[in-house]
Amino acid sequence: MGLTRFLLALALFFSFSVDAQQRFITVASTTSTEQSGLFRHLLPVFEQKTGIQVRVVALGTGQALDMGKRGDADVVFVHAKPLEEKFQAEGFGVRRFEVMYNDFVLVGPKSDAAKVGGTRDIVAALQKVRTAAAPFASRGDKSGTHFAELELWKAAGIDIARDRGPWYRDTGSGMGPTLNTASGMNAYALTDRGTWLSFKNRGELVISVEGDQRLFNQYGVMLVNPARHPHVKKDMGQAFVDWVISSEGQKTIAGYKIGGEQLFFPNAGK
Amino acid sequence: MQGFSYSALDGLRLVATLDLRLWEIVGLSLAVSLSAVLAATLLGLPLGAALAVGRFPGRRVAIVALNALMGLPPVVVGLVVYLLLSRAGPLGSLGLLFTPGAMVVAQTLLILPIIAALCRQAVEDAWREYEEQLRSLGVEGLPAALTLVWDIRFSLVTAVLAGLGRACAEVGAVMIVGGNIDGVTRVMTTTIALETSKGDLPLALGLGIVLIAIVLALNAAADMVKEAAQRRVG
Amino acid sequence: MILPLRLDQASFSAGGREIIAALSLEIGAGPNTVILGANGAGKSVLMRLMHGLLEPTAGKVSWHDADRRRSRRQQAMVFQRPVMLRRSARANVLYALQAADVAAGERERRADEALREVGLTQLADRPARVLSGGEQQRLALARAWALHPEVLFLDEPTASLDPSATREIETVIKAFDASGTKIVMATHNLGQARRLGDEVIYLHQGRVLERAPVDQFFSHPASVEAAAFIKGELPWV
Repeated sequence: MGLTRFLLALALFFSFSVDAQQRFITVASTTSTEQSGLFRHLLPVFEQKTGIQVRVVALGTGQALDMGKRGDADVVFVHAKPLEEKFQAEGFGVRRFEVMYNDFVLVGPKSDAAKVGGTRDIVAALQKVRTAAAPFASRGDKSGTHFAELELWKAAGIDIARDRGPWYRDTGSGMGPTLNTASGMNAYALTDRGTWLSFKNRGELVISVEGDQRLFNQYGVMLVNPARHPHVKKDMGQAFVDWVISSEGQKTIAGYKIGGEQLFFPNAGK
Repeated sequence: MQGFSYSALDGLRLVATLDLRLWEIVGLSLAVSLSAVLAATLLGLPLGAALAVGRFPGRRVAIVALNALMGLPPVVVGLVVYLLLSRAGPLGSLGLLFTPGAMVVAQTLLILPIIAALCRQAVEDAWREYEEQLRSLGVEGLPAALTLVWDIRFSLVTAVLAGLGRACAEVGAVMIVGGNIDGVTRVMTTTIALETSKGDLPLALGLGIVLIAIVLALNAAADMVKEAAQRRVG
Repeated sequence: MILPLRLDQASFSAGGREIIAALSLEIGAGPNTVILGANGAGKSVLMRLMHGLLEPTAGKVSWHDADRRRSRRQQAMVFQRPVMLRRSARANVLYALQAADVAAGERERRADEALREVGLTQLADRPARVLSGGEQQRLALARAWALHPEVLFLDEPTASLDPSATREIETVIKAFDASGTKIVMATHNLGQARRLGDEVIYLHQGRVLERAPVDQFFSHPASVEAAAFIKGELPWV
């Protein structure tokens, strides 16, 4: 009696872990990409064509690349070009391909204490936020978005590490929670358009600044280097990389819309 | 700002429309947590009982340590299991990371101390009553411990339910070792976390209510089974 | 044969107090041995030293058969309050037989025989814990009977029972005696000692003050303390 139960438990346990039937790859990507809903739209097309299941683990950019370094992913798909190039240079990735770009927008309270509404100049807008010491919610989590935000402060001539005051709030969390905080505090925040379009807890927040070239956010895809990690599924991983930059993949990316608006602009090979 | 009850009703309505995907998530949550409870019970009951009945140097230290481990932060367990199962780690070749199997392992480790420590206390109390008679019959050590565990099984149901509650409620461990992969390792708690971070609070709340209802149902079922069985053996 | 049991200057101390003091004693086969003494005299501790539930803090307790497992198997003990597992009456007897490594088929036979001997056949399938105090004590005796022990220890077996239950228990003890089992019983019930005992060991403050055939002990106690005890007066402890 006791033995039967024990064997049943073992069988149950192993039925979970042995994925012998299913062909799959693991892709490390970012939370903002997943939360935009792109993968739900993009991956079924690839899966149906090749029979390869794509399992996306969504983390911050730093963590996603770290996953690639440890060999826990077959492909990395993130948006932080300098970090990606370093990843490739250090031999963790085979070759970086540009895939698509989306853009960031600055959101802020309708009441617009810093008076940035209506400009297309993100740098000027950030300077106004700093001058007015208006509340600003930053991700502070070493993500691609956080990285982009820091670059923009630098472009505005502001040393944010030194010039920050109580108005600058480091949430240390993902895009969604940061927007939750911004919404709750009526603060400004830099967010990718995709997350913003699906974000439902806006409160009084609206888009304050958009369209500046400097707000464009480039995505890259890389196969994790099988020379470094022999167990990497290099054929299936390469198939995914090839498809994403192929004309079919690129067209599928362009076809993803929220409320009629295109979110991602394919630019592989351009 | 919507009222709490309005959000909750809204949420339940949203939940009702999710059907298939929701039930997949619920099914996986139950499969993972129930497997972990089963494994932790099979390991934890003998461990706790042996600790209760045994006499060896360092026993008090072991008991204190076991009690302390009941408070293991789930996210720490997740991190440790991740490092073990990562390809860069010692058990990477098992390929368990980002599968439900890894989630079961992490949750088992998390709730094992709870079940073992509570069992230890219950068996120790029972040992005081049974010790002389069992030793008179020549039953000592592990056989005595297991006899006690079976005899006080109805009190141990509470320990097992405590473990089940912890497993169903935690998000830190399964998030890290499972990766919250859509359709593969996404469970109720990680979905609630995800929907909250996406700002979809009514949906998150609705899912939360479903989760609590399920745990309540499990506890009610356990209570009924226990009562029926208890009536049969006094 | 595990008898005789020999205690050699055996002492037992706990919590800073010496409960049994350098006691030397030999218990042989044959007469029913009754251990008498006031509360706190050390009867229970002495019983447990003899049965092996306690180790002496000084001195030795040894059976004729040096093999500990064999000597344990030839003894059984019934306590003042019976401890039953949460199972049926029969299952409790079977448990003891299984612990004694009795073969499966033989177990069933012995269990049924033991339950018949104590008159519990009708209640055999009831949960042991719902039986009355007297019935549970009879079940404890059945459990001991099934083991066919050479020595049966009883520590105040009827102290918690009413007179009619007490009579039932004494009947079973007499049956044990008739079947050749050595009886060693601690009691503070003087009437019971007279009814069941052949020899008396009188214990006072951890020491054996007297050992005599039962009639002689009650008619001509050799010590002042024993005389006072028989008269029912509490000795100054």
